[in-house]
Amino acid sequence: MVREEQSIHSPVHTGEAVHHGHSHGASSQHAGGHHLLQVEHLSIGFRMYEPDAAFFSAQQRSYQVISDLSISVHAGEIVAVVGASGSGKTLLADSIMGLFEPNAEVTGSIWFDGVEQTPESLASLRGSGISLVPQSVDHLNPLLRVGKQVEGVGRTRGRRAESDVREAASEARSARVQELFERYGLSPEVAKLYPHELSGGMARRVLLCCALMDNPRLIVADEPTPGLDLDLAVRALDDFRAFANEGGGVMLITHDIELALRVADRVAVFKDGTIIEETSVEAFNSPDTLKHPFAKALWHALPEHGFRSGAAC
Amino acid sequence: MASFVVRHIIRLMLLLFAVSIVVFFLVSVSPIDPVQANVGQSAYLNMSEEKRAALAQYWGANTPIWERYINWAHDFIHGDMGTSLRYNAPVSQVIAQRATNTLLLMAVAWVVSGLLGFCLGILAALKRGTWVDKVVKTYCFVLAATPAFWIGLVFLIVFAVWLGWFPIGFSVPIGKAAADVTVFDALHHLALPALTLSVVGVANIAMHTREKAIDVLESDYIRFARARGYSPWQALRTHGLRNLALPAITLQFASISEIFGGSVLVEQVFSYPGLGQAAVTAGLGSDVALLVGIAIFSAALVFAGNLIANILYGVVDPRIRAGVGSYA
Repeated sequence: MVREEQSIHSPVHTGEAVHHGHSHGASSQHAGGHHLLQVEHLSIGFRMYEPDAAFFSAQQRSYQVISDLSISVHAGEIVAVVGASGSGKTLLADSIMGLFEPNAEVTGSIWFDGVEQTPESLASLRGSGISLVPQSVDHLNPLLRVGKQVEGVGRTRGRRAESDVREAASEARSARVQELFERYGLSPEVAKLYPHELSGGMARRVLLCCALMDNPRLIVADEPTPGLDLDLAVRALDDFRAFANEGGGVMLITHDIELALRVADRVAVFKDGTIIEETSVEAFNSPDTLKHPFAKALWHALPEHGFRSGAAC
Repeated sequence: MASFVVRHIIRLMLLLFAVSIVVFFLVSVSPIDPVQANVGQSAYLNMSEEKRAALAQYWGANTPIWERYINWAHDFIHGDMGTSLRYNAPVSQVIAQRATNTLLLMAVAWVVSGLLGFCLGILAALKRGTWVDKVVKTYCFVLAATPAFWIGLVFLIVFAVWLGWFPIGFSVPIGKAAADVTVFDALHHLALPALTLSVVGVANIAMHTREKAIDVLESDYIRFARARGYSPWQALRTHGLRNLALPAITLQFASISEIFGGSVLVEQVFSYPGLGQAAVTAGLGSDVALLVGIAIFSAALVFAGNLIANILYGVVDPRIRAGVGSYA
C-alpha cells in the first residue's frame, strides 16, 4: 500500500512552529513539501515464550520494545537520536531499514520522501534510498578484501541480465569505489586489505563509502563514533555534515549527547522505547525551552551545567 | 615451510609408532588362539597336540609379543609389511587389492555426504523455524541416532530384496569372470553401500553447517549486507559461504575416521571386499600383520585428512595464514 502523503508543508518553517510533534532547526528543509523520512506511531513488540516459566507451561507473550514512536528527518539536516545504550535504538535503525525479526510485531507507518512505505518497499530502498553506516569494522566480512565489499553487488534487475550489461554495471561500480576512495582520502591499496588490517580511521571511511555506494538520500548512522578518538569522531561527523549540506538527511543514533549537540541540527531524546522530545539543538541552550522533564534533567546532567544528578538516566 | 613439513613428518611417525604398539598390545591380550582360528574348527579338533604345537611354532604364536613387535618393526622400516596369515599373501598386496574398493566407497560417500549435508544445512538455516527446517532437523536427529549397519540392513531389505534394484552384496557379480566385469557392474555393486555411508554421514555435517549458517546469518556483517540491499541468499552467498565452507570442509576431512569406521560395518553387511572387511577378518583370525597394516594405512589416511583440513584453514582464512607466516 503506497499512498501520497496528505499533509503538505510550506518549504520552510518559520520561528518556533511545531508540527508532527517536533520543532525545527535552521537547516531543516521540507524539500518537495514533505519530510525526507517520517516515522509515525511506530510500535515494535516481540512474541516470545515467557522466559521465567517452566518449559511446558510457558505462554507466548508480547514484549513491547518500541511504543508509539514518531520522528522526522528533513532534507539537509542531521537529527541525533540520543538515548542510553541498550535501550532499543538499534531496533529503530533496523525498522527504518525494513529489517524485522520473524517474531516482531510492528505497527505504525513510515514515510520516505512523501510516500508511505511497506516492508517490501523499505527493503527495496535499502542501500539505494536509505543507507546504514554501522558501528564498527565488525560489520564487514573478515574474509573478504575491503574493495570487493565496498563495491557490493548492486541491484540485479532480472536474474539473468545480459553478460555485457552486467559487466558494464560492475565496471561502473568499481569506478564508483575509486571515486569514493579518492574523495575520502583512502589510497587505492586500501581496497586490497582485509578488514582486520584497517586502522580505526580507515575503517570508518570504508564503512561510509559502503553506505554511499548507491547514492542514498538518507543515512542512518548507528553509533558511528565510539572507539574513535575525538579528532576522528569530529571528522566522521564532518563527513555527515557534508552529506547533509548536499541535500541528504542523516539520522545519527548515539548515546553521546555532547557530540550530538555539537554537530546535529536537531536532537530527539529516546527513552523507554519512544521519542520523548524532538527539538532543535538551540532548544538545549536553556532548560526552559525543553518541554519534557527527562529532557530538562538531561540538560542539567551535562558537564557544563554541573553534572547535577537526579537525572534519571 | 621446511619446518612445517619436518614437524608433520615427525608427528606422522609418532602416530604410526603409537598405533602399531596399540594394535600389538590389543592382539596380545585377545583371547583368540591364532592356530585354532586359522586352521578351522574341525581340522583343529582332529589335529594331534604335536601338530598344533608345530603350527604354533611355525606361525610364531608362542614368541613373546615384544619380540614379535621388534621383528615386525624392523621389517616394516625396511619396507616389508609382513605376510597375512589369513590370506597367505603379502600384507601390502592384500591392502592394495582392497584399498581400491574401500577408497572408492569412501570417496563417493565422502563427497555425497559432504555436499548433501552442506546444502541441507544451508537450506535449514535460511528457512529456520519453518517446516523445511523441521524436516531437515528430524532427518538428521534420526540419522545421527541410527547405526550405519542397521541402515545398511534396511537398505538391503528394501532396495535389494523387495525392489531388486541393486545386488545383495559383493563388489562384482557372482560367477562372472574377473575379465568380464564392467565398470557398470562395479558401480552397481558400489551404489548401495555408498548410499548407506552417505546417508549416515549427512547428519553431522548438515547440523554443523546449519548452526554455523545461523550464526553467520545473525552476524553483524550479514546484517550490514542486508541493510545494503542484499537478499538473504545473496548475503549468505557473498559473505557466508566462504566462512561456512571452512568449518564444513575441516569437519568433512576430520570425519574421514568416522566414514572409515562406518565402512568397516557397512562392508561387513554388504559382504563388500574392502579394507574394513579385511580388518574384521584379521581381527577374528589373530592376523597381526594384516591388522596392524590396515591400522597403519587407515591412521595415515586420517592423518592426511586432518593435515589437509589444517592447510585449508590457511587457504580460506587470511587471518590464520598471517598467523602461520609469523612463526614459520
